[in-house]
Amino acid sequence: MIEDAVEPWVAGQLALCLLAVDPVGLKGVHLRARACPVRDGFLKGRPSALADTRRFTPAISDVQLFGGIDISATLAAGRVVTSEGLLAQSKMLMLAMAERCDASLAARLAQVLDRDDGHSLILLDEGAEPDERAPDALTERLAFSFNLDGLRAENLAGLALDEDDIIAARGRLATMRVPEEAYVSLTHAAVQFGIPSMRPPTMALRAAMAHAALMGRDTVGDDDLRLGAQLVYAHRATQMPPDDDADDMEPPADQPPEDEGMAQDETDQIEQSMPDEMMIEAIAAILPPDLLAVLADKRSGRSTGGAGGAGRKHKGNRRGRPLPARPGHPGSGSRIDVVATLRAAAPWQPVRRRARPDAKSRVIIHPSDIHLKRYEERSDRLIIFAVDASGSAAVARLAEAKGAVELMLADAYAQRDHVALVAFRGEGADLALPPTRSLVQVKRRLSGLPGGGGTPLAAGLRAAADLARHAMGQGLSPSLALLTDGRANVALPGSVPGRASAQHDAEAMARFVRQINMPIAVVDTANRPQAALRGLTAILGGSYLPLPRADAARMSKAIGAALES
Amino acid sequence: MKTPFPFSAIVGQDAMKLAMVLTAVDPGIGGVLVFGDRGTGKSTAVRALANLLPPIDRLAGSPTNADSLDTHPSWAEPVSGRSETVPTPVIDLPLGATEDRVVGALDIERALTRGEKAFEPGLLARANRGYLYIDEVNLLEDHIVDLLLDVAQSGENVIEREGLSIRHDARFVLVGSGNPEEGELRPQLLDRFGLSVEVASPTDIEERIEVIRRRAAFESDPDSFLNKWQAEDSIVRDRILEARKSLRRIGATDDVLRDCARLCMTLGSDGLRGELTLLRTAKALAAYGGSKTVTREHLRQIAPMALSHRLRRDPLDEAGSTTRVKRTVEDVFA
Repeated sequence: MIEDAVEPWVAGQLALCLLAVDPVGLKGVHLRARACPVRDGFLKGRPSALADTRRFTPAISDVQLFGGIDISATLAAGRVVTSEGLLAQSKMLMLAMAERCDASLAARLAQVLDRDDGHSLILLDEGAEPDERAPDALTERLAFSFNLDGLRAENLAGLALDEDDIIAARGRLATMRVPEEAYVSLTHAAVQFGIPSMRPPTMALRAAMAHAALMGRDTVGDDDLRLGAQLVYAHRATQMPPDDDADDMEPPADQPPEDEGMAQDETDQIEQSMPDEMMIEAIAAILPPDLLAVLADKRSGRSTGGAGGAGRKHKGNRRGRPLPARPGHPGSGSRIDVVATLRAAAPWQPVRRRARPDAKSRVIIHPSDIHLKRYEERSDRLIIFAVDASGSAAVARLAEAKGAVELMLADAYAQRDHVALVAFRGEGADLALPPTRSLVQVKRRLSGLPGGGGTPLAAGLRAAADLARHAMGQGLSPSLALLTDGRANVALPGSVPGRASAQHDAEAMARFVRQINMPIAVVDTANRPQAALRGLTAILGGSYLPLPRADAARMSKAIGAALES
Repeated sequence: MKTPFPFSAIVGQDAMKLAMVLTAVDPGIGGVLVFGDRGTGKSTAVRALANLLPPIDRLAGSPTNADSLDTHPSWAEPVSGRSETVPTPVIDLPLGATEDRVVGALDIERALTRGEKAFEPGLLARANRGYLYIDEVNLLEDHIVDLLLDVAQSGENVIEREGLSIRHDARFVLVGSGNPEEGELRPQLLDRFGLSVEVASPTDIEERIEVIRRRAAFESDPDSFLNKWQAEDSIVRDRILEARKSLRRIGATDDVLRDCARLCMTLGSDGLRGELTLLRTAKALAAYGGSKTVTREHLRQIAPMALSHRLRRDPLDEAGSTTRVKRTVEDVFA
């Protein structure tokens, strides 16, 4: 087991060496670990070729990163002073707290990496939750990814590697020969593991070339290819190779690859007819054990990680509740907080006056004093009630559901939320009440809501989803409370009629609703909790609440809590 | 900056390559939207396009690439009137770009140092008569999108801010790429793109191997790789130039017009832009292929890229809109 735990460490160290050999081709490393001695040790052990890194956080301004006119220095000097960005200063970049990197910074860094002018990037990803991670646009472009969680500092040793080896390897890289089978087997392995992107095979080849160069070879061998594929493919795999069965997944004695000597090479020669098989086994051996769980995370996390879009909270610099001012550089789109700036400058006045007795201005302000205004803008919340008013639900407990909704409304009113009501029964769904803050209107509509007919659950979900999208476009943050007994029996128009296709449509619609990525609470209004509805809630990614008998108050609290999250 | 990967060396992705070539033949088609997963060669193709485009003539020093003194903006520094040949501009619009950088703003440098109120042109000015490329277009902030929509429609950039009142030509072909998983585009913006293509990784293993092989060859020895493909690229360039000349003479019969209209009606695309783009693209294709008139075959080939993004979204149709268009084309032309 110890072998297993140390494995990412050894592989990671090796990956850093490969990166030092070929920073342009391999682009960088994504390192997922909390700030801890292990991570520090890992980074400390990196080859000196990678030592000259510029470290920055996602809060970096464009001017700092890309260079531009330094306004404060320009004002002070009375002539244009341009500042050099980090990109110009160093080819090696290190982005700390990469999980906080937003999509636009990620896209710009990705463009830098795509330019192929020698920049490479180390991402330090401290995400605690599976959802919280560095943007895919960046991790996709970096060859390696390691998770150092669960390693302990004491049993780790640095990889002893001579700096000269790396320099020599760089020299060999230019004339490295690649056998024809390499392309075939790398591509084949990528397909086997369900990696659709075309970047990984190229990067695996570059990793193999770098490894061969490091080992002093002038032709890429099977060992190199296997290692390259292991390092680049393992964390990207989306499926197990189709013909693999579970027994094969036992890791076959994971020794550090660089220990493999000549004897191993010879056996490879014999087995060369099946290089793909061996490579696939090698990768399978180091696949994360919880591959499926990881996959599920990736799918659900996508929309959160990427779009950002209409968030619950915006940090802006124009409107909203003021936040404390922060020191910063005045750029376009930010405002200087004069009071805070003066306050920061005040204590230093006597000292500065002494240093510059001839200064004419009454207050001497240095660029570092400048504080910028910040605001937090909270977008209004919209609660969409999608109420099942079908015959089956009406007979059971439509009245109770209405009671729960009314209590929720009182809450919503107190919080100045917007409320909308979607009712579905019979053949389709209606928007019974468009988003409003008027409590009276909602109550009136709700009590006048007729019941009866079939349960077009899919249509109800679609109406709610359309409304949610529309609301997001207007800057509202929607959340959905779905009250139904889950017995879908009316399919969408155009589908085959029948209960089975109604259920199928509802599930397909639920997957669509999930992409909107809003808090969802599903309230089961049936007399007995419905297994099918629980399944649907899982697809929706919401919380499931069976409606307790005649306790509207508790119900309303529970919905409230579910939507808060 | 390194030379981009040659356009003709891109393996497969024929729809994407064709769409880009057609906008080069007729910039009036109005841009291409490329949607697909990561690592499918979207950005590679756009950057390769820059090398493929025929060069343009412009006045030396003109900030908006004006080709004559009449179109040279009056606010800019006077130019000598000497003409120069430059590559067609392909301007990157980075996601985080501020409004100032996109439309232009007060020239801070001159304001601070010389105390003059002068205009510093933005990316839209530089993209005039060329291409504006937005990677991850679906992540672009809404206020920039609004601004682009307006300019892309009118072909003119109007700046009323900071005491400046300035306008200049901004006619460009909009090229966007993105990953649909990360967010969708507003229908208004979708509609502004003439063509849209969905790209996917090649599913054929031989094709995939060829991608890797060419990429590796390019990286290990760019010069000889470029030499090898330059000839192919220049054939495409010549064909584009040839097609531009013959474009005006391409005719379309009433039957073809009727086909266009029927196709759009059956698909239920909003507005008339669908028909217009369909016809324009078909003409460009006919010109590129060396035909004299537009035929059904041309329509069949380009209908998916001209119409797929104009359909109402149907979340339950897993087949995707391209397949829907193809299906409808077969029905209508049957």
